[in-house]
Amino acid sequence: MAKELPFERPLMELRKKIEELKQFTEIEGIDFSKEIIELESKAKILEQEIYTQLTPWNRTQIARHAKRPTTLEYIENIFTDFIEMHGDRLYSDDHAIVGGIAKFNGVPVTVIGHQKGRDTKENIYRNFGMPHPEGYRKALRLMQQAEKFNRPIICFIDTPGAYPGIGAEERGQSEAIARNLRDMALFKVPMICIVTGEGGSGGALALGVGNHLFMLENSIFSVISPEGAATILWRDAAMAVTAANTMKITANDLLDFGIIDGIIPEPFGGAHTDVLQQAADIKNVIANSLQELTKLSPEQRIEQRYQKYRTIGVYTSLI
Amino acid sequence: MLKDFFYKKRKYATIPSEKAKKNIPDGMVVKCEKCGTITFVKELQKNLNVCLHCSHHHSLSAPERLLSILDDGHFFEYDSDLASSNPLGFEGYLDKLKKDMDKTNLNEAVVVGEGTIGGFPAIVGVMDSRFRMGSMGSVVGEKIAAGIERALVKKYPFILFSASGGARMQEGILSLMQMAKTSAALAKLHQEGILFISVLTNPTTGGVSASFASLGDINIAEPGALIGFAGPRVIEQVIRQKLPEGFQTSEFLLNRGQIDMIVDRKEMKSTLEKLLELHMVRGNYNG
Ligand SMILES: [Zn+2]
Repeated sequence: MAKELPFERPLMELRKKIEELKQFTEIEGIDFSKEIIELESKAKILEQEIYTQLTPWNRTQIARHAKRPTTLEYIENIFTDFIEMHGDRLYSDDHAIVGGIAKFNGVPVTVIGHQKGRDTKENIYRNFGMPHPEGYRKALRLMQQAEKFNRPIICFIDTPGAYPGIGAEERGQSEAIARNLRDMALFKVPMICIVTGEGGSGGALALGVGNHLFMLENSIFSVISPEGAATILWRDAAMAVTAANTMKITANDLLDFGIIDGIIPEPFGGAHTDVLQQAADIKNVIANSLQELTKLSPEQRIEQRYQKYRTIGVYTSLI
Repeated sequence: MLKDFFYKKRKYATIPSEKAKKNIPDGMVVKCEKCGTITFVKELQKNLNVCLHCSHHHSLSAPERLLSILDDGHFFEYDSDLASSNPLGFEGYLDKLKKDMDKTNLNEAVVVGEGTIGGFPAIVGVMDSRFRMGSMGSVVGEKIAAGIERALVKKYPFILFSASGGARMQEGILSLMQMAKTSAALAKLHQEGILFISVLTNPTTGGVSASFASLGDINIAEPGALIGFAGPRVIEQVIRQKLPEGFQTSEFLLNRGQIDMIVDRKEMKSTLEKLLELHMVRGNYNG
């Protein structure tokens, strides 16, 4: 069973009890079916209660869940014929970002995403999904390739943020992110971005300039991690929960701000509880989005994308 | 009084930070945050806030900066009425804005408008680190994007002086999205073949460094500025070691190929004039 999160504990305990009763029934031949039915209905109510009242911090925990499906898992279940491409042609191949060509419902597309690991060893290899400049440059190279061959671009976003390190600074982390933000605004092909887990700051946004931007129900998108915000705003990392709950980082918040185009629902408990269903739901959203964007001319797609970001902001006039 | 300044220990001398700035009183004299030399305020101001002793570049306010580069200081400001609201309902944010407005006499952390430099018209934006550390929220993003769009319409070069700690935390995701907004506007400018000169001053970090400030056709830095994506303290925490001396300074960036040149403040206006002049006549070598 997947690792439980603190707020899920009562539900998990109840489910365990039901499981025990079922086994007891089988082994000892005593009929507990009435009790089981009672507990199961109780579990259903509890499930409803827990998963319909998730706090932003709860969602943050789900978004960071060790079993959260990764970009490669989504690629495997949404696309066919995926061929991974490597390297930025300048320095190296960043394992925190994967990308390549695949078929979506039979049509060639370019797919790119942050890649986290599933265990410690994998996470070290993937640098916990925190890219260096070469990751962003690889992504941009693959996007330029997509533009050349008129392929739609689909980006999956799931990163704590761009890596803060010596090499990253030396090789121009700022420039790499900035250039993606600028050049992604100019591509003629349809671009669809989906936040699947953590949308951590500029390192996430560098794959997040698209015609349509979606978020999974329990994903987050923030200017800084809750822990970082807590340190800066309250000088206390322990305030992360408060930070998450005040900084408006959930899919609902971003929909309210007019930043995202839609929320992709997750099964109760999060995407990891039913990866196939989640992948199917994402696939549907991509299909609809592509259909809509294909109707636009290349120029219209550039202008629509420009206006999408141009109009984001909340302010007043003193006049 | 004067004696107090002379005998004060040089406690902040090596910290080029906000803390050090507070050390400069509004009085008659001021102590250099780098070398500790005491100078008359008026003398330092006349020297564009560059220390006469060690050439350390102290912060310039946006109005001071505009005076230092525009012909006769003539400037027509755009969108000066825009002001931040509190979209996240962040406790204390409006009070902080009000305080900075009173302190700086500005409505936000950037001033954008048009003027001439050596007779060449340009759209000029200047960030002011006294206002919320120059951080970028919705208003800063909007004013910069709008300024770039004016440059597009008028076909004027766009020049932006950055001085910012990055995205403004109190406006959360809306701040982050200003990175995409300003960069998209620059994409249009880029496509139209209009010059963008980015001048990075102390400090230029985070979301500002990772968007428009790094996208100049020409990137110029002032000497000794802190420029980088992640803050030095964050990096030290992550890598668990001290950063080498001079890491993330203008000189470091020049050495790593991230900027075109370092220009002393006193040479800034004449450098900009030269660059604008070189871009007035388009090359016409299509073969
Ligand atoms: Zn000095």
